[in-house]
Amino acid sequence: MAKIALNVDGKSHTINADPDMPLLYALRDDLGLDNPKFGCGLAQCGACTVIIDGQAVRSCVTPVDSVGKGKVTTLAGIQKNGVPHKVQAAFIAEQVPQCGYCMNGWVMTTVALLEKTPKPTDKQIEDALTGLKCRCATHVSIMRAVKRAAQA
Amino acid sequence: MNQQINRRNFLSATGALTVSVMMPGIAAAAPTAGLAKRPPLDPKKLASYITINANGTATAYFGKMDMGQGTDMGVAQMVAEELDLPVSRVFVEMGDSASSVNQGGASGSTGVSHGGATLRNAAAEARRQLVNMAAQRLNVAADDLTVTDGVISSKTTPTKKVTYGELIGGRWFDSEVEWNGKIGNDLAVKSPAKLKDPKDYKVYGTSPPRRDVAPKILGTGKFVTDIRLPGMLHARMVMPPVAGAEPVSVDESSIKSIPGVKVIWQKAFLGVVAPKEWDAVKASRMLKVTWSETKAPFVEQKNLYDHIRGAKSIKSGGEGPFMKEPAKVDEAFKSAERVIEATYEWPFQSHASMGPACAVVDYKPNGITTLWTGSQKPHFAGDGVAALLDLKPEQVRGIWVPGPGSYGRNDAGDAAAAAAIFSKAVGKPVRFQAMRNEATGWGPKSPASVHTVRAGLDKDGKVVAWHFHSKAFDRLNVSSNESDPSDTLHGQMIGVKPKAQLTYGSPSNSYKFDVRHLSWDVVPPMLESASPLRSSHLRDPLGPEIHFAHESFVDEVAFATNSDPVAFRLNYVSDQRDKDVIDAAAKKAGWQPRTAARKQRDGDIATGQGIAYSTRNGTRVAVIAEVEVDTKTGKVRGKKFTVAHDCGIVINPQLLTQTIEGNVSQALSRAIHEEVKFDTKNVTSVDWETYPILDFTERPMQIDVVLINRQNIPPNGAGEGSMRPIVAAVANAIYDATGIRLRQGPFTPERIKGGAA
Ligand code: FES
Ligand code: FES
Repeated sequence: MAKIALNVDGKSHTINADPDMPLLYALRDDLGLDNPKFGCGLAQCGACTVIIDGQAVRSCVTPVDSVGKGKVTTLAGIQKNGVPHKVQAAFIAEQVPQCGYCMNGWVMTTVALLEKTPKPTDKQIEDALTGLKCRCATHVSIMRAVKRAAQA
Repeated sequence: MNQQINRRNFLSATGALTVSVMMPGIAAAAPTAGLAKRPPLDPKKLASYITINANGTATAYFGKMDMGQGTDMGVAQMVAEELDLPVSRVFVEMGDSASSVNQGGASGSTGVSHGGATLRNAAAEARRQLVNMAAQRLNVAADDLTVTDGVISSKTTPTKKVTYGELIGGRWFDSEVEWNGKIGNDLAVKSPAKLKDPKDYKVYGTSPPRRDVAPKILGTGKFVTDIRLPGMLHARMVMPPVAGAEPVSVDESSIKSIPGVKVIWQKAFLGVVAPKEWDAVKASRMLKVTWSETKAPFVEQKNLYDHIRGAKSIKSGGEGPFMKEPAKVDEAFKSAERVIEATYEWPFQSHASMGPACAVVDYKPNGITTLWTGSQKPHFAGDGVAALLDLKPEQVRGIWVPGPGSYGRNDAGDAAAAAAIFSKAVGKPVRFQAMRNEATGWGPKSPASVHTVRAGLDKDGKVVAWHFHSKAFDRLNVSSNESDPSDTLHGQMIGVKPKAQLTYGSPSNSYKFDVRHLSWDVVPPMLESASPLRSSHLRDPLGPEIHFAHESFVDEVAFATNSDPVAFRLNYVSDQRDKDVIDAAAKKAGWQPRTAARKQRDGDIATGQGIAYSTRNGTRVAVIAEVEVDTKTGKVRGKKFTVAHDCGIVINPQLLTQTIEGNVSQALSRAIHEEVKFDTKNVTSVDWETYPILDFTERPMQIDVVLINRQNIPPNGAGEGSMRPIVAAVANAIYDATGIRLRQGPFTPERIKGGAA
């Protein structure tokens, strides 16, 4: 057990945890931030995605002590002043989710993509989103939403 | 049935609800003013289905739930239509056994056709009651009254008016409906109220957006995985390396370094609980267990279909007039000029939901035990938890909270049982979530099958005999219903004996042949109890595989008789609505008649088009798939799907279209990727690497949906109908592209290349 400092959604926290505990459990279990979801724990699905310093990261395989001074953003932290992020607005407008359990991964990965590549080509979108899973198979809605967000 | 009613009385009486028992006498004293308190849930009471809130909005209580396809919005529209309220003022509360009667949960795509119809009838009755109240209040005849947006006014003296809210807002209806005495999917109610004439519909056919979307995207909604209670412990299972093995000894000292951890062991059920979730995960991995020596239960996967063919049948069944006269079938085939036969094989497939199932149970032997579940059937799942914990059904409240999608009977029903066993063992609320390998590897599977189809042709090539036969594992080795612990993995692990249903199914369509015989045989499970290959419902149970066989064979016969597949279907399909969907799909997709595979090639890429059609409980769907086959790699890309869909009247075209898109994409995943792998000891498809599904880069490039709206035909289910014919359409398109007839799925590069060799 060790004292570990985390900066999440602009707030500082200190938790007491195993250094090798995945960040996902710190967010969910210690901080009560439930938007990153446990999907596989194996870096195979993206449900646990958070953004650390602009990079989409799979928190289920990220040891909590490796985050260091990195600024962690969760789905709850991408709204500004209560206004949904343009990616969120697009996913809502396209009514993308079915069960919604995967959506954290798709939204957060798209946010990271558009930060770096505001006007992505279809190929760039595919390269960024390949590997993420949606078992309800909402892929065609997701594509519509990502394009809408890129145009917003 | 009565038990259900008593249960609700009990719940009310013990104060688990926000309502309490109705005071005797009030109803008689003021029949039109409504009740201050909600009467106990009872399928006969109008108040069990609908209420008018103080602000004049309405709430409908739905004993099913929505799996993210917008069923609840469809229901809201049906209720709004009958109540003459804008849909923005109708709310649907669903999936809580304390607020709704048991309408069967999400099951068989009956959300709208059965569940919605019941609430629509209740809404019509509520409107009738309200109009009568208004007539009394305004002192005018009821038939002089008209309703607009919840305001009832006199047609002759429009200044005489009163709102729903003024009449009864915040109180409860004190009247009854005619209940058919059933619970679950078959629950239905009637009343003297006249339903609105479809020509006056204003809300049907519009597309108000779903209400669960924003919370799911903004991250403000709770999933079942996010339920937390004070003092709650986290639980994980420790599963055997060989299916069927049981712990012989458990070395608790192997996890003593983990604070607050506890081992729970009952027969084959072995798990750990800990205050911190990560500690439970760690403990489940660190715990040293000696397992019983057990015979490897499964055949080698490469022998699966031979095993099915050779296994003894433990139950036979079928459909149609020839079940009683099998000799006539033989005769018909004997008299045929020519007989064509083909055999198709389909593997076990997994629900593999996005997250492993989760449930929270707060066991309170002297009060109300609560189950939070992502199960599609929270009422039944609550009954199952009660049975498992030796409680009366009325002592358990089942609350549905959105979970990872479930597509039938997935692992959610098992998680409820596991959480219940853990919570009782420790006397505290317990949150159980499985790990990925349990979700994919140990969740229920759709049954593997072998389908043999024969057609007898006369000298002109006319089909005179048709026999479709399936031999397969049980459709319901565990029932999808969840009210019986024998149908749960963890119930079986603590020793509850399984009760297989021994049933299968037949193709659904309206082909008319002189002799048409549909039959099936069920073979025994390879492992009787707690099997990772136990079979149950997966979205459109048996539909994709049965119709893969049927519709592939229809194409085979069409080509064998020098016919075009679309023309052949139009020739033999007898129902006009079915013909209409086939026709509509063909027109929209620009179908070019052909009597052989066209094998269109551009370099390594072969392209083709295939049709398939099927019906499902009144919904009919025809689809034309366009695929690209990379002849070098053997990879199949589902390029374009044209779906013609007739489910009666269309309530919400936008949500219906997106539901169809999801079905198409999920079915494509099952067509080209999904096969549960196993060795003789256990299932080896345990994650997304070993059980791949459709990737974003493989999504259909285009899905064209043609909705045939039948204004005067009540809505049929649309949740699964379009899942059914997709696999077959893909197989037929691969054949058109390459001339390779795949009779075994899924259509992986290996099989494509094997077929080409
Ligand atoms: S849960 Fe982290 S990638 Fe699946
Ligand atoms: S919406 Fe259910 S997994 Fe993506």
